[in-house]
Amino acid sequence: MERRFSPLLLTILCLGIAILYIPIVVLIAYSFNASPLVNVWGGFSTQWYSQLIHNRQLLQAALLSLEVGVTASTIAVVLGTLAGIALVRFARFRGRLLLVGMVNAPLVMPEIITGITQLLLFVSMVQLFSWPHRGFTTIVISHVGFCTAYATVTVQSRLQSVDRSLEEAAMDLGSGPARAFIEITLPLIAPALLSSWLLSFTLSLDDLVISSFVSGPGASTLPMVIYSKVKLGVSPDINALASLIICAVGGCILIAGYVMRRAEKQRELEATSSGFVE
Amino acid sequence: MKPGRWLIILPPLLFLLVFFLIPFALALKISFAEVAARVPPFTDILTHTPGHGLKLTLSPSNYQYLFTDEVYGYAYLYSLRTAFFSTLICLVLGYPMAYAIARASKSTQNMLLLIIILPFWTSFLLRVYALEGIIRDNGLLNTVLLHLGLIHEPLKIMRTSLAVYLGIIYSYLPFMVLPLFATLEKLDHTLLEAAADLGSPPWRAFVHITLPLSLPGVIAGSMLVFIPAVGEFVIPSLLGGPDTLMIGRLLWDEFFGNHDWPVASAVAIAFLVLLAGPIAIYQYYTVKQAEA
Repeated sequence: MERRFSPLLLTILCLGIAILYIPIVVLIAYSFNASPLVNVWGGFSTQWYSQLIHNRQLLQAALLSLEVGVTASTIAVVLGTLAGIALVRFARFRGRLLLVGMVNAPLVMPEIITGITQLLLFVSMVQLFSWPHRGFTTIVISHVGFCTAYATVTVQSRLQSVDRSLEEAAMDLGSGPARAFIEITLPLIAPALLSSWLLSFTLSLDDLVISSFVSGPGASTLPMVIYSKVKLGVSPDINALASLIICAVGGCILIAGYVMRRAEKQRELEATSSGFVE
Repeated sequence: MKPGRWLIILPPLLFLLVFFLIPFALALKISFAEVAARVPPFTDILTHTPGHGLKLTLSPSNYQYLFTDEVYGYAYLYSLRTAFFSTLICLVLGYPMAYAIARASKSTQNMLLLIIILPFWTSFLLRVYALEGIIRDNGLLNTVLLHLGLIHEPLKIMRTSLAVYLGIIYSYLPFMVLPLFATLEKLDHTLLEAAADLGSPPWRAFVHITLPLSLPGVIAGSMLVFIPAVGEFVIPSLLGGPDTLMIGRLLWDEFFGNHDWPVASAVAIAFLVLLAGPIAIYQYYTVKQAEA
């Protein structure tokens, strides 16, 4: 494989990465600006961070977002794992194509359409069953929808590379298919479950459009509060909040990436030591 | 088929059916209703009157309205045009990036991929906000340019179409690079060597071998940028001005401003019909790749 980079290629790569990172770096730098004027550097200060702690509206919204995120991503990982198993292990079943379509569609569907259609569903459901009330429950349901899609794709690709002979060996030795799956395959796909949970959590924490449609009065998630503030322009306390969120999410993703890579290395090691080299 | 299998298939299938697919049918239904001063704010299309039985009233007026009011046509065209050119720019910028990453050594590759993926998962809303800090009238870009004496008064970028383009390119670039990388990485390099051995110059080998073989990645990446960009709401709302009226913004206003649910549903359905082609192409390629 050729290792030489042409200067043009290298320039574009650096330019692209610069485009992706400069705004974020500038934002974080300005969150430590002592001056309340966003275009003047007034020295280093952490005052905007300490002010955040006293903002009750933000804290409440952050708490709601965390609750929604944990609930939605947990349900989504369960549903996504089931869907992943169905798609990888069961070659033919009624509704397979429908399931494939439904787990892939949310990945590209514009959020605004998903948001509107789900709101219409919830309104109709309330008319028929007086459930669910718009707020926490509806936000969780809609988040589970798109998170399940991401979780399914992640679990599916991991399951495809799992060596089925281990599970078959367990079944030959008399264990039932459910037990063989839980004891053999589940630990093998555990890293994928963890990373899809973290990704679902990140997506849920970040969602603005769908939440805005399906939420009810009094239930504002963090992105909804941020959006209404950002609409008014750039401000130093939002800079501080944004820096905190970006660092927290970035940390989650790095951990997920690290866990996945360690599992990958472990697998390679096991494969070589046991003599199976694909 | 063992009955136990349905315990695995049914929960996700039913959940997505009820909470993802059925809503679209409902939107279709409501798009044929009329706006009414009640809760929820639209008429029933199925009415039951004693003696006459069930009566189905389908009102096409919402769709007619989309054709008579110029603002909808304008917004659809503007969204399609903006998404198209943003996708093109992302492709021009993203292809060399993906190509460079695919040819890097394994350890550099992992690091570069992480660099691309990290913003991909970082808060979308906050990244758009961060971009505002760069391009606003007294933002970093104007400050630097003024300081260098390259311009004498601040460039007006915010609240223009240019800001929307920049926003989409900045936000969606990773969506282009990742699928492109996935196909370019799998490329068989012996083909290129064979072409070179047979005397083909590198650009010809690129046009006749690399480009055709990476076409699935080009299509997947382009769809991943184009489809959400057409429906983008946050970017035109935060960075754009009054004339950057994209369909997502129009839908939002119709819903939260005018409370006209039937027209909003009709806008959404018409929008979905418009996107059916691109979504079908995307689905076809991803399913084909997943099953391969």
